[in-house]
Amino acid sequence: MAERRENKKSKGTSEKGAKTKAGTAPDRLRVLKTYKLYMGGAFPRSESGRSYPVTAADGTHLANASLASRKDARDAVAMARKAFGGWSGRTAYNRGQILYRIAEVMEGRRAQFVDQLVAAQGTDRAEAGRIVSAAVDRWVYYAGWTDKFAQVIGGANPVAGPYYNHSAPEPTGVVVVLAPRHAPLLGLTSVLAPVIATGNVAVVVASESVPLPAIDLSEVLATSDVPGGVVNVLTGKVGELGPHLAAHADVNALDLTGAGDLAVEFEESAATTLTRVSRPGPEAEGGEEAWLDTDPGTSRMTPFLETKTVWHPVGM
Amino acid sequence: MTFDYAPAPESRSVISLRQTYDLFVDGEFTPARSGEYLTSLNPADEQELARVAVAGEADVDRAIAAARRAQETVWGRMSGAERGKYLFRLARIIQERSRELAVLETLDNGKPIKETRDVDVPLVAAHFFYYAGWADKLAHAGFGPNPRPLGVAAQVIPWNFPLLMLAWKVAPALATGNTVVLKPAETTPLTALVFAEICQEADLPPGVVNILTGAGETGRALVEHSGADKVAFTGSTEVGRRIARAVAGTDKRLTLELGGKGANIVYDDAALDQAVEGVVSGIFFNQGHVCCAGSRLLLQESIAEEFLPRLKARIEKLRLGDPLDKNTDIGAINSAAQLERVRELTATADEEGVERWSAACELPETGYWFAPTVLTGVSQAHRVAREEIFGPVLSVLTFRTPEEAVAKANNTPYGLSAGVWTEKGSRMLWTAERLRAGVVWSNTFNKFDPTSPFGGYKESGYGREGGRHGLEAYLG
Repeated sequence: MAERRENKKSKGTSEKGAKTKAGTAPDRLRVLKTYKLYMGGAFPRSESGRSYPVTAADGTHLANASLASRKDARDAVAMARKAFGGWSGRTAYNRGQILYRIAEVMEGRRAQFVDQLVAAQGTDRAEAGRIVSAAVDRWVYYAGWTDKFAQVIGGANPVAGPYYNHSAPEPTGVVVVLAPRHAPLLGLTSVLAPVIATGNVAVVVASESVPLPAIDLSEVLATSDVPGGVVNVLTGKVGELGPHLAAHADVNALDLTGAGDLAVEFEESAATTLTRVSRPGPEAEGGEEAWLDTDPGTSRMTPFLETKTVWHPVGM
Repeated sequence: MTFDYAPAPESRSVISLRQTYDLFVDGEFTPARSGEYLTSLNPADEQELARVAVAGEADVDRAIAAARRAQETVWGRMSGAERGKYLFRLARIIQERSRELAVLETLDNGKPIKETRDVDVPLVAAHFFYYAGWADKLAHAGFGPNPRPLGVAAQVIPWNFPLLMLAWKVAPALATGNTVVLKPAETTPLTALVFAEICQEADLPPGVVNILTGAGETGRALVEHSGADKVAFTGSTEVGRRIARAVAGTDKRLTLELGGKGANIVYDDAALDQAVEGVVSGIFFNQGHVCCAGSRLLLQESIAEEFLPRLKARIEKLRLGDPLDKNTDIGAINSAAQLERVRELTATADEEGVERWSAACELPETGYWFAPTVLTGVSQAHRVAREEIFGPVLSVLTFRTPEEAVAKANNTPYGLSAGVWTEKGSRMLWTAERLRAGVVWSNTFNKFDPTSPFGGYKESGYGREGGRHGLEAYLG
């Protein structure tokens, strides 16, 4: 495992993170979680067998995350593509129910997410609580959009002739989401929820330095009736996975929020197959607090929608 | 007893061509810095129509600067209502000069006068009229309470619908308060230059519309210019990719309307006579020089035997010849280069063992012509089923089930248009829902309207032109 580095501190192994003193054992050994990828509804390790250490803001070792490979990325795209027909074919009402269910399940695991943010970013508990609340509410927000955006964006066109003519938005397909680098939960939710609310399927590359909340969120998705493959979460290096995903011919759109300095290179690669590109916005490099806007409107949905216009003659 | 058509040519006397045309920059016609000219031919007889200036980088600089000045000092500051009135005025002058524009377009492009007179030019006027009305209502268009123009738009358009593509680009850009630098196609620059005269006639402030003629290099210099805030391109997917790559890493917004390989699905319960008409107009309208052409006919196997003879009989009746003749259905191929491409791609069908049939029509001795052609026994692997021919060539494939029809229709990197022919409403909607294409014509084909958004999925490009949706590309 060439990617592994030496850690300054060792793994916390007992309750409340207390360190084991030499020659003593904790009353109860804490059960640690193995963080894996989320692909096709399952939690596999990287096919490469690689992992990388994830540390807290202060350098404490938190866990080992799977270091996804290019092959994992390819597999994730294939799984997403397979899920696209079913997910986009669901009724808008049903997608809304499922997104609301995500909020419900997440609400029940608030403490887990708060702990995760406190541990990962050194956020204070009250602030972490506000971020988790905002993330739960973001799912509720988009749950409500699923059966409304088509009416807001589409409509009847009054053509000058005897024709019924109507335009409606449709999901573009497989969307690669390079998640915000410094906003691992609310930021991630803010970019992911609009993608699946509109019937797209997603391959997410989680924040490289703070990937664990994305896997916690995957566990919520896996238990919220989101069909397998609709969201696939890879942890690893944007610099390794990004070039491959940006140039992938079966990817329809790219959200470059977490691309950092590589955004231009990825946009150039995307041009080869006319992949739709959403460039990093002003909040891209911010922390969770940059994502607090409670009403982002349709701005994060329209980049991943196509407009289909259907004509039919009117006559007897 | 047969009745022959007597020639019925439209008069050329409505146009007065100049020998040379210069660039239209900052409200005036001025020569290109290089002093270079190219020649625009009539593809129907290969006669020279006019010489047209070739803009270089210095001219692009000048035009962008003029557009910027006009945007910042006049056009961007003007009230929407006043801007709209200029657009209404342009629409009216286009209507008044419609016959002149139709004849000129036919001469420069080679398409039948029937089409320029009844389709292209009326749609051009309608497009300006439609967007004129948006200029003072942008806050109600659903793009926020205070939508702002982007600035200067660099626009490059193709030769298949020269003036109509100009209208699709210029009208929404101006209505939203942007100014434009537009490059018409190398082989069809003339109606754009008459449009420049119309801008003068309408007293449009100098610099709001700038027209730069030239070839690919001019277009490249224009879309890559750092002073452009917006790039809009209609043309080949190949050039579209290059533009998308060039725009990466800039703040420029981009819309692309690229190639297509449209499927026209005919189910066994379709009204066959109507379907035959629709399939014919779907591929032979404008000599098949249409990005959204129905170039792949998907025929349900059970009716193939009955349908194909009817289709061929109808194609035999198409009249190919003088584009200015009011009875002409099929005009000239736009250029020698395009004719070569159509011939070359169609020849691959012969090599790959596809059965080829062409209408028995006499081709004129001068000019660029290609007889309406039907290819049968085509499979999805054949080049003629995959690549855009952009000519009067129809590839015929068959299918057994609706699922197979949809799978075959979608089996292309393109996604611009598709057609469905069936008398059963639920089947029509089921099919339309599954087709990955920006426009689906059911029981009709190749219909266009300024209120109706147009644009593709996948490698047919991104963004929409037309309708409320068409405003988005020009607002920030």
